[in-house]
Amino acid sequence: MSGHNESILREPLITGKDITYAKITDDILLPVENKPNKAWWIGFIISLCGATLWVVAVSYTFWFGIGAWGLNKTVGWAWDITGFVWWVGIGHAGTLISAVLLLFRQNWRNSINRSAEAMTIFAVICAATYVVSHMGRPWLAYWVLPLPNQFGSLWVNFNSPLVWDMFAISTYFSVSLLFWYTGLLPDIATIRDRAVGMRKKVYSILSFGWTGNVKTWQRFEAVSLILAGISTPLVLSVHTIVSMDFATSVIPGWHTTIFPPYFVAGAIFSGFAMVLTLLLVARKVLGLENYITMFHIESMNKIIILTGSIVGVAYLTEFFIAWYSGVEYEQYAFINRATGPYWWAYWMMMTCNVISPQLLWFKKIRTSIAATWILSIIVNIGMWFERFVIIVTSLHRDYLPSSWVMFYPTWVDVSVFVGSIGVFFTLFLLFLRVLPSIAIAEVKLLLKSASEQAKLELIKEGHLDKEQVNEYIESLDKFDSVKQEEYAKI
Amino acid sequence: MSNIKYILGSFGDPDEMMHGIEKLQENNIKIHDVYTPMPIHGIEAKLGVKRSRLDIAAFFFGITGTITMLTGVYLATAVDWPINIGGKTHFALPDFIPITFELTILFCAFGLVGSYYASTHLFPGRAPRVMDLRATNDRFIIAIDAKQNIEHTKIDELLKGAGALEVKYNERKYVSYE
Repeated sequence: MSGHNESILREPLITGKDITYAKITDDILLPVENKPNKAWWIGFIISLCGATLWVVAVSYTFWFGIGAWGLNKTVGWAWDITGFVWWVGIGHAGTLISAVLLLFRQNWRNSINRSAEAMTIFAVICAATYVVSHMGRPWLAYWVLPLPNQFGSLWVNFNSPLVWDMFAISTYFSVSLLFWYTGLLPDIATIRDRAVGMRKKVYSILSFGWTGNVKTWQRFEAVSLILAGISTPLVLSVHTIVSMDFATSVIPGWHTTIFPPYFVAGAIFSGFAMVLTLLLVARKVLGLENYITMFHIESMNKIIILTGSIVGVAYLTEFFIAWYSGVEYEQYAFINRATGPYWWAYWMMMTCNVISPQLLWFKKIRTSIAATWILSIIVNIGMWFERFVIIVTSLHRDYLPSSWVMFYPTWVDVSVFVGSIGVFFTLFLLFLRVLPSIAIAEVKLLLKSASEQAKLELIKEGHLDKEQVNEYIESLDKFDSVKQEEYAKI
Repeated sequence: MSNIKYILGSFGDPDEMMHGIEKLQENNIKIHDVYTPMPIHGIEAKLGVKRSRLDIAAFFFGITGTITMLTGVYLATAVDWPINIGGKTHFALPDFIPITFELTILFCAFGLVGSYYASTHLFPGRAPRVMDLRATNDRFIIAIDAKQNIEHTKIDELLKGAGALEVKYNERKYVSYE
C-alpha cells in the first residue's frame, strides 16, 4: 500500500506462488479449523505424560516439603533455581521479537512473533511454578506481596532482590499476556467469522467484538507501539533483576557487576534457541514453510551467534576479573568451576554455549534446517548447564571446608524439571490447535511489498538494476520453499 | 422507499479500496466506516480520524504507578515500620528503583490497554457488529449509509469503477446478529 516498492535486495518474507489474502488465512488457520494430525497427537500425548509427571512431582514436593529435593545445608539452591532462571531466560525471546524488533521495524518479526510470545507466556508459567514450589510453604506464597497483615503490619523487605523479582516476574507475565492477547483479537475475529455453531459463540466471546474498523485499527497500532516501547525496558529489567538475586549476594562467583548484561544476553540466546527448536518443527508439521522462511531461520541464527558470543566474552571476563581483582576467594571459585569436581558441567556449558554456536558463522550450517535444529537443542542444554554451574559450583564449596559437599538430585528434582518441559509443550501444542500460530493480520501487511510473488512481478516489469536482480535471485538459493527453476528463465 | 440500510463496497485490494474512498469523497458521499482485515496506513488521515491520545493516557497511568510505589514504600519503610539496617537511611531510594520501575510499567500497560478496550468498546462477550463476514478475512469493505446517501446507482458506479469486486445492499445493519 505505498507509492514505492521495497528494494529488490531485501529477501522475501513470504514465499510461494498465488498467495492471496484468502490463502494466508486458509493456510494459517488450517491446524485450528481441522482435526489434528498424527504428529500432533503423538507430541501431545508425550507432553501430557510429562505434565502428569510434573503434577506428581510438585504435589509430592508440596506434601513432603522441599526435603524431597536433593538440597543439603551447603547447597540450598540447585535444580529449582536453575530451572527457574532457565525458563525465564527462554521467555525473553518472545518479548524481544514482539517488542524490540517492532521498535526497530524489522518486518520479519511479523510471522514469528505470535508463537514466540506464546512461548514466553508458557515459559514464564513454568518459571513461576518453580518460584512457588521452592518456597517450601507454597500456601503462604502471598507473603511476598506487600499486603497489610496482622503482624504489625510487618511489610515485605523492599530492599531484597527476591521481592524485586516477584514484582518483575509478575509484571512481565501480565504485560506479556496483555500484549499477546491484544494482538490476538483481530485473528480471533477471523476465526469467529468463519466458524459456525458453538465454535462461533466461543470465539465470539474471546474476540471482544472485534470488527476491524478504522478507529480500532488505528488505536490498535498506537497501543502496539506503546506496549512495545514499555516492554523493551521491561524485558531487560526482568533478567537484570533475576541476575541481582545472585549479584547482590556476597558469594564468590555471584558477586559480580557483569551479571545483569551477561544474564540478559544469555536469556536472549537461549530464548532464540527455543524459538528455533519449536518453530522448525511447527513449520514442517503445520506446513508453514512459506511464512516462516529460511530468511527467518537465518536471521535468528545470526542473533544466536551474536548473543552466544556476548555470553562467551562474559565467561572470559569473569575469569579475567577474578584474576585481576586479586581476590583469592573469587579466584578459587572460578578455578574450582573449571577444574573442580564439577568440571564436566563447566566444560559442557563452554562447549554448548561458546564453541558450538560459532559453527553458525558458516552459511551452509546456518541455512541447514537439521543443523540449526540440533544446534538449538545444544544451546538449550548449554544454557541449563550455565545456570547449574553458576548456582551449584559457587555454593558447594562454602566458607568452611568441613561443609564442602556435592549436590545429588533426587527423582523429585528430575521429575519437576522434566515435567515442566512437559507442561510447556502441552500448553504450546494446545495453543497451536486453538489459536492462530502466526499473526494473520500482520503477515497480510507484507503480501504486497515483501512477498516473493510481488518481487517477481517487479523483476518481470524490468525496470530494475540487473546486478541487483541477480543478487536477489542468488539469495533465493538457500530458501527451501523457493523453486529455482522459476528464475532460470529470467 | 427501499429497506436498504447500508451499501457495502467489497474490495480485494487495499490500494483499490483507498482509490474508492477518494472517489466517494470527491463526490461528497459520506463514508460510514471502513472494515479491513489488517491495518491500512494513511487511511485515518483520509477519513479524518483524529490522532489517538492513548499515548498521553499511557504516560499518566505510568506516572500514577511511579507515585503509588514510591508513596507505598515510603509509608511502609519510613513511617509505618522503620527498620534500622546498619544505620542506613530508612527510605533508601536506590533500592526501590527496580520495583518502582516495574509498577510504572504495570500501571502503564494495564491503564493503556484498559483505555483502549474502553474507547473502542472491546470487552469479552460483546456482540460483534459485523457488516460483512469477509472483512476479517480477505475483503476490504467500505460501508455507506444508504438512508443518508440516496444516489445508490451513482455509489454503485463509483465503487465498481474504483475496482470493487462486489457491491452489497444490506437490509440489516449487522449480519452477525442472529
